[in-house]
Amino acid sequence: MTHTPDNERHPGLHRRGFLAATGGLGIGIGALAVTGCGDSGSGTAESGTKGGKPQRGGRLRAAFAGGGASETLDPHLGNLFADAARAKALFDKLADFGADLSPRPRLAARWEPNAALDRWTITLRQAEFHDGRPVTAEDVLYSYRRIADPKKAFRAKASLEPIDLDASRATGPRTLEFRLKRPTAEFPNILAAFGAYIVPKGSGEKGEFDRRPIGSGPFRFESFAPGRSAVFRRNEEYWDGAPYLDELEFVVANEESARINALLGGQIEYAHELNPTTARAHQDGGRIEIVRLRNSAMQAFAMKTDRAPFDDKRVREAFFLIADRKELIDGALSGAGEIGNDLFGKGYTYYADGLPQREQDLDRARHLLKKAGAEDLRITLDTSDVAAGFTEAAGIFRDQAAKAGVRIKVRTGSKDSYWADILDSGTLCCYRSGAMPIESHISQRLLTDSTTNATHWRHKDFDALYQQAQSTRDDQRRAALYERMQRRLHAEGGFLVWGFADWIVGTARTVRGVERQAPANTLDWARFDKVWLATA
Amino acid sequence: MTGLRGWLVRRLLLGAVQIAAVVLLVFALTEALPGDAATSLAGDQPDPARIAAIRAEMELDRPAHQRLLDWAAGLLHGDLGTSLVSGRPVTTYLGDGFGPTLLLASLTLALLVPIALGLGVLVASRAGGRTDRLIASVTLGVYAVPEFALGVLLVTVFALRLDWLPPTAVGYGTDLLDHPAVLVLPVLVLLSRPVCSLSRLVRAGMIDALAAPHAAQARRYGLSETRVRYAHALPNAIAPAAQQLARTVDWLLCGVIVVEALFVIPGLGTVLMNGVAERDLPVVQGLAVVFGVIAVVLNLAADLVARRFSPRTEVAA
Repeated sequence: MTHTPDNERHPGLHRRGFLAATGGLGIGIGALAVTGCGDSGSGTAESGTKGGKPQRGGRLRAAFAGGGASETLDPHLGNLFADAARAKALFDKLADFGADLSPRPRLAARWEPNAALDRWTITLRQAEFHDGRPVTAEDVLYSYRRIADPKKAFRAKASLEPIDLDASRATGPRTLEFRLKRPTAEFPNILAAFGAYIVPKGSGEKGEFDRRPIGSGPFRFESFAPGRSAVFRRNEEYWDGAPYLDELEFVVANEESARINALLGGQIEYAHELNPTTARAHQDGGRIEIVRLRNSAMQAFAMKTDRAPFDDKRVREAFFLIADRKELIDGALSGAGEIGNDLFGKGYTYYADGLPQREQDLDRARHLLKKAGAEDLRITLDTSDVAAGFTEAAGIFRDQAAKAGVRIKVRTGSKDSYWADILDSGTLCCYRSGAMPIESHISQRLLTDSTTNATHWRHKDFDALYQQAQSTRDDQRRAALYERMQRRLHAEGGFLVWGFADWIVGTARTVRGVERQAPANTLDWARFDKVWLATA
Repeated sequence: MTGLRGWLVRRLLLGAVQIAAVVLLVFALTEALPGDAATSLAGDQPDPARIAAIRAEMELDRPAHQRLLDWAAGLLHGDLGTSLVSGRPVTTYLGDGFGPTLLLASLTLALLVPIALGLGVLVASRAGGRTDRLIASVTLGVYAVPEFALGVLLVTVFALRLDWLPPTAVGYGTDLLDHPAVLVLPVLVLLSRPVCSLSRLVRAGMIDALAAPHAAQARRYGLSETRVRYAHALPNAIAPAAQQLARTVDWLLCGVIVVEALFVIPGLGTVLMNGVAERDLPVVQGLAVVFGVIAVVLNLAADLVARRFSPRTEVAA
């Protein structure tokens, strides 16, 4: 875990371990998350889009933290980065996210809404599954219904909730109409949701995906040993162009030190999720390439806005002013990241980048606390080593708060149940999130009926703004509504967003075509069909 | 031999009770951990409705004692149950992880015994000398280094700097025997601490035995010093060492967890770590049974060895 695609779990489904996932003996089970802000990662740009003419051939071995013997290739069950990377090699979604987290067509060639934005017509491109069958509207409906099965708990189920699947239907072999429960202007985000993969109709009987998964993705299944390795080979017929690699092997290595050692020793060519300190040590070493995927993981402290002391917005503002963001980045992330402005989604579509950057102002923080009658505030900050930098961030913030007269006690909880524990209990906790559209962040975490509302932000007028945005066809007017929502969150929200962490990947010098503008969870992240091996 | 048989029966019964106690304790401890398999599975998407659905699907909503009884009933038929997370039989988890771990452990033990005995006897015959002091300080020093740190150090020096050995076992799957070079560093790490503790124990036992009246008697009969050392003193020194050896086995397991993670060897230690993190009770329980049986059998064997070599020292049953 571990965590996670969507938020960082390391592990996620699997997670893991009783030692810290950084440095110690951690099992990442856990599971977790750049955007196009224009500056590509530092380091020599040998990989990326440079590197000469792509050539075919070779086997690339990629190491991820994984889920051990319980792993599965069922694309709807995936929870970890490793699961997502394997699923994307074998399967396709209807859409996927670009570097700015806007949806890009994949299996869906086009999407057309009606005037009310509650019916969407999808036209599929011509594509084939690995067994030669065409991808049809029926396959799409089967896949979505499988995910939404009320008796199951597939991860993407919550994302598909707006769709009325009973009323949705195929209107032709490659066209279908989705009927929605309410207007949803950003319906294509749903098509790109984490885990919303298209599988052939009728597939997915018990264990079938682990024996012989059939998808429409760029690689075909070769072999799979849970917790050890998965071997895939090129799909010559892939609709988006056959991959350059002959073979792709995913190996599981839960220890960061094992991943970097295997890379340095030439045992693998791609190591996912390295520590900032490791990256610094090898930045100019020349033995390996370091790829920094910027703006991948929001780093925050979440304040519960429905209970003392944070039910007073002056206290929340004081906390915004206590944070020295630069110090947090340098200390907790070893400098591998950029400061945040208390808003999610820096560099993503609709991000309100016009708001002034908040700076530390201890005098004003003290003044606000005094006005709120909270001069001698004592508070507990929940953290856990569920994600890199969490415990360090908690310690640093404790010292910063002390300068404003706030006494913070840091409480370290279990990493395996951290996200569930902090959802409703406590008052202040460390929080992080992987990349997703700003719309998804709001709908999952900031509406009255959101399922994972860690800041307990429940405001009818805010809900109404969101619904209004979803009923607005015009992009500019919708952007204005997002701006209003974000102004409000910036002024008095519950997320103290102090930074955005780089997601660090290491590759061998021979690897070319690794996209640098690709936050974790986006289309071009962990995408191996565009990667090739140069003859050294 | 009835005395021996009665003792064996008593010991086996005691062992069964111990295993049952271990299983109960492991169950209780795992239950006591915050969160369960459903929360672990939900990860960073802890939507309460979703967790409830997962819980119902795993039948975790049934009372704990009921789940334990069902599992125990299956155990009586030799059925260790199925993983909560993947639905695969626990026996496949154990079967897949057993090979690499057994290989590491048996290689370690096969090297540990001769090295520790040899070292112990060597320094005992030179007690107080320069060699003794040198080896004593080296073993104490190595003993003080945690396995993880030693492993990182060895990998850095021998794999990354000198390029003599592969840094990890990534990509070799379970065919480790076909790639002996992969095993060198893991086994070195596993050997490091037990060699130190065991050789110190053998040394102490040998010094005592060489100074014992029966050794002096043997010398008066004109037996050679070598003969006295190996035929008369060593058997007496082996008894405590054998029992210590059996005790190092459980501790070898901790070492195995570290080594497997560090060198990416997918054995039982990895299965255990993942099982605990996922709160996958049937898997953790299955491992508890296996480790319990191994510990009981080994301790029993060690006590048998002790009885055989040193019948005069009363071995507690």
